Amino acid sequence: MTDKEVADKVYIEPLTIPFLEKVIIKEKPDSVIAGMGGQTGLNLAVELHDSGILEKHGVRVIGTPIDSIKEGGEDRETFKALMEEIGQPVIESKIVTNMEDGVQFASQIGYPVVVRPAYTLGGAGGGIAEDREELKQILASGLQLSRVGQVLLEKSIKGWKEVEYEVMRDAAGNSITVCNMENIDPVGVHTGDSIVVAPSQTLSDVEYQMLRKASLDIINEVGIIGGCNVQLALHPDSFEYAIIEINPRVSRSSALASKATGYPIAKVSAKLALGLTLDEIQNAVTKKTQACFEPTLDYCVIKIPKWPFDKFRRAKKTLGTKMMATGEVMSIGNTFEAALLKAVRSLEIGQYSLYHKKAAKRDIDELKKRVQVPDDERLFDVAELIRRGYRMEKKSVRLLEWISSLLIRLKILLMQKRHFEACLLMILIEII
Amino acid sequence: MNAKLILENGTVFEGKAFGYLKETVGEVVFNTGMTGYQEILTDPSYYGQIVTMTYPLIGNYGLNLDDNESSGVKVKGFIVREKSDAPNNWRCEFEIDEYLNRHKIIGLEGIDTRALTKMIRNSGTMKGIIAVRDLTDSQIKSKFDSFHNTTAVAEVTTDVVKEIEGDDIHIAAMDFGIKNNILRSFKHRNCKITVFPAFTKAEEILAINPDGIFLSNGPGDPKDIIPAVEEVKKLIGKKPMTGICLGHQLIALALGGDTEKLKFGHRGGANHPVKDLSTGRVMITSQNHGYVVKEEGLPAGVEVTHLNLNDYTVEGMKHKEHKIYSIQFHPEACPGPHDTDPIFDEFVELMKGE
Repeated sequence: MTDKEVADKVYIEPLTIPFLEKVIIKEKPDSVIAGMGGQTGLNLAVELHDSGILEKHGVRVIGTPIDSIKEGGEDRETFKALMEEIGQPVIESKIVTNMEDGVQFASQIGYPVVVRPAYTLGGAGGGIAEDREELKQILASGLQLSRVGQVLLEKSIKGWKEVEYEVMRDAAGNSITVCNMENIDPVGVHTGDSIVVAPSQTLSDVEYQMLRKASLDIINEVGIIGGCNVQLALHPDSFEYAIIEINPRVSRSSALASKATGYPIAKVSAKLALGLTLDEIQNAVTKKTQACFEPTLDYCVIKIPKWPFDKFRRAKKTLGTKMMATGEVMSIGNTFEAALLKAVRSLEIGQYSLYHKKAAKRDIDELKKRVQVPDDERLFDVAELIRRGYRMEKKSVRLLEWISSLLIRLKILLMQKRHFEACLLMILIEII
Repeated sequence: MNAKLILENGTVFEGKAFGYLKETVGEVVFNTGMTGYQEILTDPSYYGQIVTMTYPLIGNYGLNLDDNESSGVKVKGFIVREKSDAPNNWRCEFEIDEYLNRHKIIGLEGIDTRALTKMIRNSGTMKGIIAVRDLTDSQIKSKFDSFHNTTAVAEVTTDVVKEIEGDDIHIAAMDFGIKNNILRSFKHRNCKITVFPAFTKAEEILAINPDGIFLSNGPGDPKDIIPAVEEVKKLIGKKPMTGICLGHQLIALALGGDTEKLKFGHRGGANHPVKDLSTGRVMITSQNHGYVVKEEGLPAGVEVTHLNLNDYTVEGMKHKEHKIYSIQFHPEACPGPHDTDPIFDEFVELMKGE
């Protein structure tokens, strides 16, 4: 978006209020869209509004209004209250602004506790605290990094399925789901660091519709005009679910959803911001129908994050609620395995199958320990465990519960290494 | 076991059979839903049809005893690209292979479902045979010639009158292949329901003095069940009347309107946009119909209430004088979005007034 092909003017300036005000004074815009610049865009729009600058210069906010951003966005307290009002379940949590309150609440709800600082990007300053010591560490950092000095502490639902819906709504109230995505890594690993499959694979129609309805009810209540990402957690053994968060903006996952489905989320969001309704916007692909429909896929899409650990050799590589990936790859295939292997090859990390030299050398005890604390190589470690005959379904090994959803999809791994390469060859031939 | 799909136009798709290994013949249709295969397999509206799923991975969450839309599998055959042998979901009670086997229906996997779908889109739905042995040309021809689906409703309707208790209004439901979730939706609103077999005479229905009459969904061409249309004619104006899918088409015929066959039908789990003409709002609906009410020739007192935004076909209608309101799509979903569930409130309101 920041190039002269798309924009009439591009300003490369610090993203701070004083500079933004200068741009406003110079350009005299009629309106501002908050939802196109990620979390930073939302934060800045809210600040501009709250500081009175927008009003001073007669600038409107179009698309999702500021109040909706606040309600649905990062102000955790308002969001929680709103969800409770509309009967959408949220995880037991509390906003704290100091260490004592934090430690007290944590001992009340029990560890592990998730720490989420308000208004930060990619979960920065947050984490999962297994005990009081860890909590104190993470909380100190979170309180400091949050723009408003607020941190949300919530009960950990680690191990629940994490499902996302990319949804859109227009000013008339028509709403649709563009795409739903299932994180192969369950709750506990940031969605940006998770391997994701679209559409969801292990949700029955009942669960799919339940979560879809929740997502649409939420964006209706919040008053979104444009796109929004809704993240939900679903208990792996019941219909119990909870809303994790919503992102009332075009985002990393809407880019994925757009590419996965061919539905131009950003383009449609812009038109919705201008006041058009979904049935007034033309479907760019068919040219005969409108944007008010829900895409259906007849293939499988996989997203694998790309981490910069090769450049930061001494960085701690474990994955948690703080996103560490700096990019991602997306692949499309007509089977889950084809899509997964294609994605692995696209990562450009020298892997052309799920056989990993380092993982093959690890002993089984080490592999077992490693997969419980996921890092960027967990996919290969899990593959190696399965290859060695490790029985994943063993409920007694509850420690590995988070991988149980991976089992179904890694059935290809039950073969030997050579067979892998044969499979790979077959897949390549199939594609060609 | 190897098997093939032999289409009426001569095309053959080779794949592997699963489920119950007995060959079958039916009308080959496709459904685009990414979830909901169990609801689809057990939907009586699919009687006589071999359903192709466009989504390539089917069976991932298994099947269970709760999601059936009728007493068992109603399709004549099931075609997928890949079926799952390792389902993963807490409610999974059966794998798809075993399930189809138990219900004596054959499945075919390993074919290019996208190519098949494109073919049906271009040529229209057509008859097909799933065969596990080689067939001669004359055998193929004879199978196609002898296949018809004109008695579909008789096969899926209830044999006996059934009662469902409730405190609110009393609905007489005519069962042309009614889906469980329609009954559940009315039951949820506390309605008392008497379910009648499809060809019940009008007098018998009026005899129980219901508050309203509901005509259900079902398989096949509405013009194959003219006797039922005749009974519906006798009921018009006597009691408020509502209907879904086939029921809606029967009401149109009874009022003097006309129906026609769509080229390849609307069968999508979740993505047909329908506009409510009274509010201007667009809703995403679940659809499963091969026939549609024609807008031209719609009788004088009838107005269209809902329109499909993809092809502008009639999706709902109301009578201006009599209390009649019927819908083409499926507000009961299963599979599909529940956005239009409030239509059941509208149905109950309409039937209450009397």
